[in-house]
Amino acid sequence: MPEVLKAPLVVEFPFTRSLGPVQGAFLTGLREQVVLGVKTSDGRTLVPPVEYDPVTADEIHDMVEVAPTGTVTTWAWNPAPRRGQPLATPFAWALVRLDGADTALLHALDAPGPDAVRTGMRVRIRWAAERAGAITDIACFEPYDGDPGRPARTSGQPGGERVTGIVAPARLDYTYSPGRAQSAYIAALSTRRTVGERCPSCRKVYVPPRGACPTCGVPTAEQVEVGPRGTVTTFCIVNIKAKNLDIEVPYVYAHIALDGADLALHGRIGGIPYDQVRMGLRVEPVWTQGARYPDHYRPTGEPDADYDVYKELL
Amino acid sequence: MTREESSGVRDIAVVAFAQTDVLRTTDDVSEVEMLMPVLHSVLDRTGLKTADIGFTCSGSSDYLAGRAFSFTLALDGVGAWPPVSESHVEMDGAWALYEAWTKLLTGDADTALVYSYGKSSPGSLRDVLTRQLDPYYVAPLWPDSVALAALQAQALIDAGATDENALAAIGARSRQDATANSHAQSRGPVPQGDYVVRPLRTGDCPPIGDAAAAVILAAGERARQLCERPAWIRGIDHRIEAHALGVRDLTDSPSARLAAEKAGAFERPVDTAELHAPFSAQEVVLRTALKLGDDVRVNPSGGALAANPMMAAGLIRIGEAAARIHRGESDRALAHATSGPCLQQNLVAVLEGEPR
Ligand SMILES: [Zn+2]
Repeated sequence: MPEVLKAPLVVEFPFTRSLGPVQGAFLTGLREQVVLGVKTSDGRTLVPPVEYDPVTADEIHDMVEVAPTGTVTTWAWNPAPRRGQPLATPFAWALVRLDGADTALLHALDAPGPDAVRTGMRVRIRWAAERAGAITDIACFEPYDGDPGRPARTSGQPGGERVTGIVAPARLDYTYSPGRAQSAYIAALSTRRTVGERCPSCRKVYVPPRGACPTCGVPTAEQVEVGPRGTVTTFCIVNIKAKNLDIEVPYVYAHIALDGADLALHGRIGGIPYDQVRMGLRVEPVWTQGARYPDHYRPTGEPDADYDVYKELL
Repeated sequence: MTREESSGVRDIAVVAFAQTDVLRTTDDVSEVEMLMPVLHSVLDRTGLKTADIGFTCSGSSDYLAGRAFSFTLALDGVGAWPPVSESHVEMDGAWALYEAWTKLLTGDADTALVYSYGKSSPGSLRDVLTRQLDPYYVAPLWPDSVALAALQAQALIDAGATDENALAAIGARSRQDATANSHAQSRGPVPQGDYVVRPLRTGDCPPIGDAAAAVILAAGERARQLCERPAWIRGIDHRIEAHALGVRDLTDSPSARLAAEKAGAFERPVDTAELHAPFSAQEVVLRTALKLGDDVRVNPSGGALAANPMMAAGLIRIGEAAARIHRGESDRALAHATSGPCLQQNLVAVLEGEPR
């Protein structure tokens, strides 16, 4: 069995989200070092605030300021901080009920060790030096043995321009492995051969192989070399230039049934004006130096294939 | 919803169950390659072919693979030609089973194939799961799955509901029971280990593994034809709690209790419970919420502390409970599945075999 391939796969995106009036007010407040909760119809104050009462589902929007001090309701000591977490040194995760609030906020608590943390301990917010209107404007909590803190202001909404959205960067690192069948396909491509797999039941040859016959639902294993020549079964003309793609438009993108294959794969057609590409056109792959797959397919000059030959592969 | 509430509708049973071994890595196979033997196994048990199946429903998550619509490739293993009636949930397969059960209730189909799979090995599971959290207030802090479970464990300890020794005993019992389960990943004595996130130690946490599972459901007489002793679904329900951890009482699971009540779990005692409690402290919460007495056999399979393949572990609980009924080792079993942090979402099914 050939070696199963592996490669790093990074999924990274800026997660952009808009905020409603409640979340927007809360995150605007954090930027101004003010913590706002929201009042429910039964008089409880939720911090962090939400737009709908978790019990009654009523829409709620009466904002009320709470103190930057509070009490730990539960905690967990994190000896090995992970990427993206609020502190790089060992810290406690804590749910903190701020003074004036009836619910708890999750954040990090900076403490010298687990022996310095207990449920019921008093803490206060340590603000981030630079604040942008995000939950990370709270750098963390820290132990605090003074009196309950007072709200920074007595009433009203915080000043400054209102925060209406957040961008939360996300990055996840994977090691992708395509499994046995696709590894064999990719390994063969490196020697400029195209290898499919034949279904033991219906005898169809699948290219690229995925290890299963989607018709019969059985594993495929018998390798079959197909191509290199093939027939255009259908195509489209692309008129919009893709970002970072150095191909002049218009160009033709086609389904190509390689000789011996029972499934068409897709590729770009070159070496012929775009408006002369047709169903039945016979093509062959064009490799560029060092490439791991054909750059495009070009006409072979053979007569076109009869429709009956490829009609099952459309 | 219990059968009593929906009287006049058809009886539906789990008639077959199959699962792969749960392994730390399966990089030599793609998802469909991992899944296919399980699909064949579960079909073989009933003698059904893919074309005989009335409805197919699957559960998985793209975030485990890091690839959008990864589940569509898995359909190759089902044999989706000629076209099949198919659906997917981006969740544990237990919820796919719920959807299949409702489909069978409508009478649109007599049989259903339910499968789910998860390969956690390509990514870093503790980080991947942070992406299911509230994106405004929680996900930007990247609190990992063990950290959130540890907050729940500490709340339980503070409430006097358990202590670290009792938690260790839960893990030890689970992995001891798993010695009889050849599919389980973590079997026999395992050192309790260091704190991962205090108060949870290695032994309080589930192993991270890849696996697939499948069950077949059938209605009425069809179930009797396909299985000697069908595991009739007497009730099944799922409930969810507020996503904000600070709003919830982490020492309780009102959603699990309500789901159990609606599924009819409290109408008569059960003899077996397969609980999806990935962390030791969560078993403490569930035993109380589900009113399980000491005479109930909890997780004879070893449970999630012995094998916790994401997206399949909940379906496996239903499958294990059903298999005990098939084998005559249980007459009335409760199966539970969970999803989200600190038991946020809970599904409960009550399964019964006919009197012998
Ligand atoms: Zn076939």
